[in-house]
Amino acid sequence: MEAKDVEVTAGTRDFEPRIVAFCCNYCAYAAADLAGSMRLSYPANVKVIRLPCSGKVEITYLLKALEDGADGVMVAGCLEGDCHFMEGNYRAKRKVRHAKRLVEEIGLESERVEMFNLSSAMAGRFAEIIREMTERIRKLGPSPLRKG
Amino acid sequence: MIVGERKPMGEILEMIAPHEKVLLLGCGTCVTVCLAGGEREVGILAAQLRIHAKKEGKDLQIEEHTIERQCENEWVDEIKSRVEGVDAVMSMACGVGVQLVAEMYPEKAILPALNTTFMGYPVQHGTWLENCRGCGNCVLHLSGGVCPITRCAKSLMNGPCGGSQDGKCEIDEDIECAWQVIYERLKSGGRLDWMNNYQPPRNWSTAGSGGPRKSVKIEEVVD
Repeated sequence: MEAKDVEVTAGTRDFEPRIVAFCCNYCAYAAADLAGSMRLSYPANVKVIRLPCSGKVEITYLLKALEDGADGVMVAGCLEGDCHFMEGNYRAKRKVRHAKRLVEEIGLESERVEMFNLSSAMAGRFAEIIREMTERIRKLGPSPLRKG
Repeated sequence: MIVGERKPMGEILEMIAPHEKVLLLGCGTCVTVCLAGGEREVGILAAQLRIHAKKEGKDLQIEEHTIERQCENEWVDEIKSRVEGVDAVMSMACGVGVQLVAEMYPEKAILPALNTTFMGYPVQHGTWLENCRGCGNCVLHLSGGVCPITRCAKSLMNGPCGGSQDGKCEIDEDIECAWQVIYERLKSGGRLDWMNNYQPPRNWSTAGSGGPRKSVKIEEVVD
């Protein structure tokens, strides 16, 4: 779960967002795998970290990723009502909502943190989510923590 | 347990501003259980402070540590070497812990990260209700185990006031009328006749308005 590998030094020129995606093993991670098998292309800006359930995500994971230079972080869990562990994705939703408040109060844009829901069969949607998130972060610009 | 809430970020940043190396000190007892100042909350606040400092280009080092209890000398004594290495300690304990840390390390700036709110228990995960004011003169045996001092907005001792409506208190429709709760509790236990017991005017001298209270167990005192 170490997010050190997202340490980056890029400037604002030719900005390629660095995004860390915490993905549930039962949906988003499988969807990412399927997207690969289907040869669906999506931006290579995302680093995927597998979780046993999106409910396992801790707010500190999200903050640590941002602290270590990620421009955006996302959590991808099962469709609402379809969590393998009944309600993990609802817990993740609440945590992400809270993480948005936490980053906002220290002056970062809350849009840098987001939650998505999809099933393991939705490879196309996974690619679309990554495109959406990459474009969103590209518009926001690099994380202010990357100045140095 | 003692319940606390993190202070607004603006206040925390203002307190931290003059310092470059800060020990963020969690407490492993009440505030861990009420999810306000334990190891996890220390991690979250530390990350927030580091992100803010990086963003503002400030040089700030945050050391994270959580001890079992900040309200007992033995535990606070253990962090001596950590405290020596920093400019300030930001405590995530209740006011008791903050004060003991300040007393044991008077040369350091000791900063409170929490507002200590009340003594209570969780009515559901994530929601705590105040149950005890620590008034020093317990009456729970007379009121079906529901504290009228704490849970009645007027601390009435002989039944509800006219503001009790549909079982709710007039100050807030989300607050139950304590005397309605007491009535229901006594009724379900077949003790409704207790409602007829008249309580004379209360002796409030134990309730803390005479300065800090002290409790001495003489048989336990070690000179």
